[in-house]
Parts: sequence; C-alpha cells; structure tokens
Amino acid sequence: MTDNPDLSRDGIEPRAAAAMTAAPVDEWFAREVLRLESALVQYLHRNWRNPSDIADLKQDIYVQVYEAALREIPVHTRQFVFTTARNLLINRVRREQVVSIEAVADLDGLETAEDTPGPDRTVVARDELRQLQLAMERLPDRQREVFRMAQIEGLSGREIAFRLGLAENTVSQHLTKATQLIADILYGEPKDLRRDEP
Amino acid sequence: MSDAPETPTVQAIEIQAAHWAQRRHFWPWSTEDQLALDAWLETSSAHRVAFVRMNAALLRTKRLAALQSIAPRRSGDTSHWLRSNKIAAAFIVAAVMAGLTSFTLLKPQGPTQTTYSTPKGGRQTIAFSDGSRVELNTDTVLRIEVGAKERHAWLDKGEAYFQIQHDAARPFVVTAGARRITDLGTKFLLRRDHKRLEVSLLEGRIKLDAQSGKKFSSTNLEPGETAIVTPDKIEIRRKSQAELVTKLGWRRGVVTFDQTTIADAIAEFNRYNKHKLVVGDSKAARITIGGTFDVNNVETFIDIARQDFGLHAVTQGDETVLSK
Repeated sequence: MTDNPDLSRDGIEPRAAAAMTAAPVDEWFAREVLRLESALVQYLHRNWRNPSDIADLKQDIYVQVYEAALREIPVHTRQFVFTTARNLLINRVRREQVVSIEAVADLDGLETAEDTPGPDRTVVARDELRQLQLAMERLPDRQREVFRMAQIEGLSGREIAFRLGLAENTVSQHLTKATQLIADILYGEPKDLRRDEP
Repeated sequence: MSDAPETPTVQAIEIQAAHWAQRRHFWPWSTEDQLALDAWLETSSAHRVAFVRMNAALLRTKRLAALQSIAPRRSGDTSHWLRSNKIAAAFIVAAVMAGLTSFTLLKPQGPTQTTYSTPKGGRQTIAFSDGSRVELNTDTVLRIEVGAKERHAWLDKGEAYFQIQHDAARPFVVTAGARRITDLGTKFLLRRDHKRLEVSLLEGRIKLDAQSGKKFSSTNLEPGETAIVTPDKIEIRRKSQAELVTKLGWRRGVVTFDQTTIADAIAEFNRYNKHKLVVGDSKAARITIGGTFDVNNVETFIDIARQDFGLHAVTQGDETVLSK
C-alpha cells in the first residue's frame, strides 16, 4: 500500500477489507487527521463551488482515509489526506457530468497538498488555552455552563442536572450540542480567523 | 451523494456521534451501552469517523483544561471561566482514548519475562534484536516480556530511557503502577519515584493512560513534553531541548544542576551513591547551585559546598551532613 490513494476509487470499501484493529487507526485519525480539518475545509471551499456539498465531501474523504488506514496507516498523513481529497473531487466531477462545468473552480489547477497552508500546531499552552476559551465563549449560555461544569469541574451529567435543577435529558442534549459545536470550532475553523457567528 | 435515500445525513450522523461521545464521558456507562455503541460504530465508517472526531474534541478540551493548572495566571482577571480549583481533578474524569476496545491492564505473567535491575550507581543497556534499546539508570527494576503481539515492560522503580523501533503489529507498552505508556514510534524517558511518574518524550509519539481509582485518562504527548503524573493529577509541561538533554545526562554519567537547591541536588546524588548526603539545616537547603557533576563524585560536590558556599561538612560512616 502506498501513500497515494487509488484514483479510481470513490466509493465505500467493503469493511471486510479491514486488516487492522480499529483502535490504533482511531488514535492515528484523532491525532494526525483531525488537525488537518481546517485546512481541508478551506481547500474544499476554494475548489468546490457549491458550499452546501462541503460537509458531505469532508465525510466521504474521512471515510476513504479511515478505511485506507485500516489496511495500512499512511506515513505521510497530510499528503495522503489532500491527495484523497483531490482525487475525490476529480472523480466526482467526472461522474456527475451535469455539475462538472461549474463545480470545480479549475480542474487542472487543483492544488495538491504542498500548496495548502501548513497545519496549525500550537505549542504554547497559553495559546491552546486561549483557543479553547474563545471556543467556549461562543457556545450559547446554557450549553457553555453545562459543558464547563462537565469538562472543567469534572461533574457528571447527573450532578449537573441536580445542581441546575434540569432534567437529565435536557443536560444530555446540551452536552451533545456543545460537543458538536466545540468539535467544529476546534477542528473545522481556520485558526487565524475568529468569526463571531458560527 | 449517490447512496441510497435512507442514508442518514452528515448532520444526523454528527448529532448521533456527539450524543454517544458525551454520554460515554459524562454519564454512567454500562456494558450494554458499550455494545450498543459498538454496534452503531460497526454500521459504517462514517459513524466511526464522526465518533472518533467528537471523542477527540472532548479529550482535547479536557486536556486543555488540565493545562490551565500550569499556565501563568493573570492577576485581576476574575471573570476568567477557567479559574477553577477543580481543574486538576477534572482531568481525572474517565477519558479512554477513542479505541473503545475494553481497556485491560496486562498482567505480568509467562515464562518469557526477564527482570533487569541495577544497583545504586549502576547503569545497564538492554539491546533488542529489532534495534530497540532500553537504558536503565541507577537503582532501577524493569521487567520485559516480548510476545508475538506485544512487547511489554514494567517499570517497577527507577528510571529508564527507551529508544523503540515502532512496529504497529507489535506495540511497545510500558506499565508503571496504574499508568500505561504506549509507544507510537519513539524515544522517551520514564522516571518513577514512589507514586510520582515523570514521562518525557524526546521524539515520536506516545500515549499515556493513567488510572485514578476507577477512572482513566488518556493523553498523547508531543515531543518536548513532559507529563508529571501523581495520584491526583497530571501536569504537562513543555521542555526545551537543552532541558531534555540535561535530564538524560545520566547516560553519560553526569547530573546537571541549574538553580537547583542544595536539598534537591543532594536528593539527586543520593540516587546514585551509597554514601548518603544529608542537609543539616534549612539555610543550607535553600542555597542554589549550578554545574555538571560526575554522579559518583560526591567528594567534588562536598568540596564545592564547603569552599564556594561556606557549608560545613561532617562525615560519619556512610553519611555526610552539610550545614551552614
């Protein structure tokens, strides 16, 4: 297996192909792939005209990358992810002739991994904290409160429900939404820009 | 996309994944829950990928919160939401890495286990056929078991420097008490004193799983990071290259002090020598010292303490007391 994804593959690989157990792949994915997400999303926005497709495209790229990693974890994650993205966009255009004319900004000019900005690698604890703080500030009030109690104070969902006088189900829903938003903010957004509206 | 119409939308999968992830972190979690989650994850890679992402976001925010305990505080900043005394405790909340396969601490067993130990002042290098090396520092006990599916070491006490050839099919795992370190291709240093464990990563990656009571936390260290694990918390600090090199001075038989108190310097010397140094009074203990010393050369250290710091040294048998 090489780091270059097969150009013809744009579907879901059969799970039976999985040779490796999932745990190391999950760790690799969380550690190496997710930190590329904001660059990947920017890349998709630059190269695909319809913004409402981006979430689907991202998921398809992640699934391909993940399933390839189940066979063998790529050595050069960044190159692998962006090559997968590029091939997926090209295949999509070829397959869906109708949208091809305007879907991709410039098929021949599609950037490769080397052109995309480097991943954000914050090394100073202060900066990371600041980033988390900014992310937390953007949650709606109730979600922020519940998430803070869970993550920072280390309270369980039940304790939070008791303290705030809320139904456990309500607390659970707040935590679900907060988790989703925090993931989008931490991974999906460009780190140098701070948007006021999600 | 071209899939069947009943395929859930990306948004629906993400909500479901976030739901599972937060339930797993913050609510009672039974075997049935785990089985239900496993079943959902097995349904499609899209589910698994979404779950890994949500779970990683929770682990990361938790880890950032833990970092707050070592970040400099700004005075007068009372509205800061991170100003919580419970931050360190929060880190101990259950956080098993995304793998989700049940967490089993491996028991020492089997006929292939070998025990290596060094006396006070001793050092030993263990070389493996795959090119991996482990160097033991003074007063250290390390057990090693090389299996077909895993290479496992137990650091019972002391300090060891690991240079491990990564093999995804045969991970190298070190257990130190209730802490477990999994190498992901790497050079790292472990030092265990009583209930304190210090993990320094020089190259590559390692995963640190720590257990506190029934709870687990899992942390991936980056090169240059040192994790200090005590029974109630984990602190992660960044170290400069120079600091890490200093920590490894023992491999060349030296210890380096920089603004180190006499008390700490003496504790360090005592790890290597039968001849014990003792601080006689608090005035002497607070003096700071710098320089590089041969670990076994207690005499030079005593001379410097006497001549440069005006300490009195009284030797009786195997013990020297330094006082002001």
